[in-house]
Amino acid sequence: MLSEEERAEIEEEATKYKYRKAVGPEALKIVQKNRRWISDETLKEVAAFLGMTADELDSVATCYNLIFRRPVGRHVIFICDSVSCWIMGYEDVRDYLFQRLGVSFGQTTSDGRFTLLPIACLGACDEAPAMIVDEQLYTMLDAAQIDAILERYQ
Amino acid sequence: MDKPLTQNFRIEEEPPSIQEYEKSGGYMALRKALEIPPQDVQRLVKESNLRGRGGAGFQTGMKWSFVPMGPDAPRPKYYVVNADEMEPGTFKDRYLLENDPHQIIEGAIIGAYAIEAEFSYIFLRWEYRRAARRIEKAIAEAYQRGYLGKNILKSGMNLEMHLHVSAGRYMCGEEFGLLDALEGRRAHPRAKPPFPQVCGLWGRPTVVNNVETVANIRHIIMNGPEWYRGLSLSGDGGTKLFGVSGKVRRPGLWELPMGISLEELLVEHAGGMQEGYRLKGLLPGGASTDFLTHEHLQVKLDFDSVQQIGSRLGTGTVVVLDDKTCPVGMVHNLMEFFARESCGWCTPCREGLPWIEKTMAAIENGNGKPGDIEMLEEQTRLMAPGNTFCALAPGAMEPLQSAIKHFRDDFERHISERRCPWRK
Repeated sequence: MLSEEERAEIEEEATKYKYRKAVGPEALKIVQKNRRWISDETLKEVAAFLGMTADELDSVATCYNLIFRRPVGRHVIFICDSVSCWIMGYEDVRDYLFQRLGVSFGQTTSDGRFTLLPIACLGACDEAPAMIVDEQLYTMLDAAQIDAILERYQ
Repeated sequence: MDKPLTQNFRIEEEPPSIQEYEKSGGYMALRKALEIPPQDVQRLVKESNLRGRGGAGFQTGMKWSFVPMGPDAPRPKYYVVNADEMEPGTFKDRYLLENDPHQIIEGAIIGAYAIEAEFSYIFLRWEYRRAARRIEKAIAEAYQRGYLGKNILKSGMNLEMHLHVSAGRYMCGEEFGLLDALEGRRAHPRAKPPFPQVCGLWGRPTVVNNVETVANIRHIIMNGPEWYRGLSLSGDGGTKLFGVSGKVRRPGLWELPMGISLEELLVEHAGGMQEGYRLKGLLPGGASTDFLTHEHLQVKLDFDSVQQIGSRLGTGTVVVLDDKTCPVGMVHNLMEFFARESCGWCTPCREGLPWIEKTMAAIENGNGKPGDIEMLEEQTRLMAPGNTFCALAPGAMEPLQSAIKHFRDDFERHISERRCPWRK
């Protein structure tokens, strides 16, 4: 069930748009903040709350990269795989993360701590390579720094 | 040298509060704009020769002039700031959003006034977390001081402004894709005409302007079109945020006159190549521009000059390819991006880009076949402008077709040696 707080936050967001439907992606983000991902059940609840069919909302949910339709770990690592980061050593950082976490892209560590995902240009090209963990941007990465960064996220 | 766009920057610190911004002349341009009719604001921007900084370089004043005006115009009208900067290699708008949010908000209010819009959205990509916090705070401050809301500065103008944070997709940077996303739908391009200025958000007249474009507006109103044109070394008005990334000594971002030479940007500002590396090529303005090489270093960086030598200024952020990085690998990386971000709306892009990506991967990994290069060349023609719904696939073809032209030997070596010569 959607919580009172979730309903209130979605209602508040809905006032910014001409039609209630427009709040779909934001409503999913609001709910995802609390539940980490959008299950079929959650999707149906949000759709009903917005007066949409579940299919209609799912077509939105599956379009956007940052709506998770599968469970993710406690922390999500987005590593920038775009061109400047690629030139500046993205593959080394990626391979180190694969090895260190024992997962590949789209996977979650067995302890549920991290999910690793690629992401398009983080706009930190002048300080490449870059990644975001949860909401924190890290730049000028090399493999040696990764251990220290991961330590901060339990 | 005047650097209007970055004059308030103090990197590593909080951006100017509204009081500090006002002290440095902030919101004076808005006051000035409100004293003249909206059409005159449009005229000033047209005369300034400001060209859109999102990559396409369309005349901003001209774009505004297509909006139906006056009491009979359809309403409400919308003014949207495109802050969905996702073009690989591009990082200029982040600096503007983080370091001087009020400059964007003031520009957006003036832009909204110029087209008589009642609503404004700043469409920001989710990943710019710091920018989101700062813009949100700045919007609240602007409401408190009466620059937003009802009867702004007793002028009779009403404007409601909201920050919209995207759920992530390159297509959201495309004009109609962005409007779809704002309407809560999948981000898809739409057939034109009608253009958004006539039939945009929820079917109403809408202008979408890039962040850097918007940042210029207050300075044009404050100082006049003649001053603005005088900032430039070429026919396109103003300064430009230029950036350089890759293996140069000082990667970074600089506000410089439009029309400075590519060589000056690379050598004087970015410090030239790092020790042990040589320049092999570069993308002048992000992932969807054509490669340039040594022979082009004297080109003036403005929209027309770069176009004349077969590329595009794009976002003005240069990505440097050095001689120790594989050009095939670099183009493969670009094709992976475009294939992943294709919205799938039209067949050439949905089917063509993954095919190209797989072919590029095969060549890079030593599994390329004779004829692959010709097939790639054919694809660049099939996905040329006019053959797809929007500019995503044609944009993707720019680095590919120019890489085949400038680095054909490297493609051929991969195929004949059955390996990537750059990888051990």
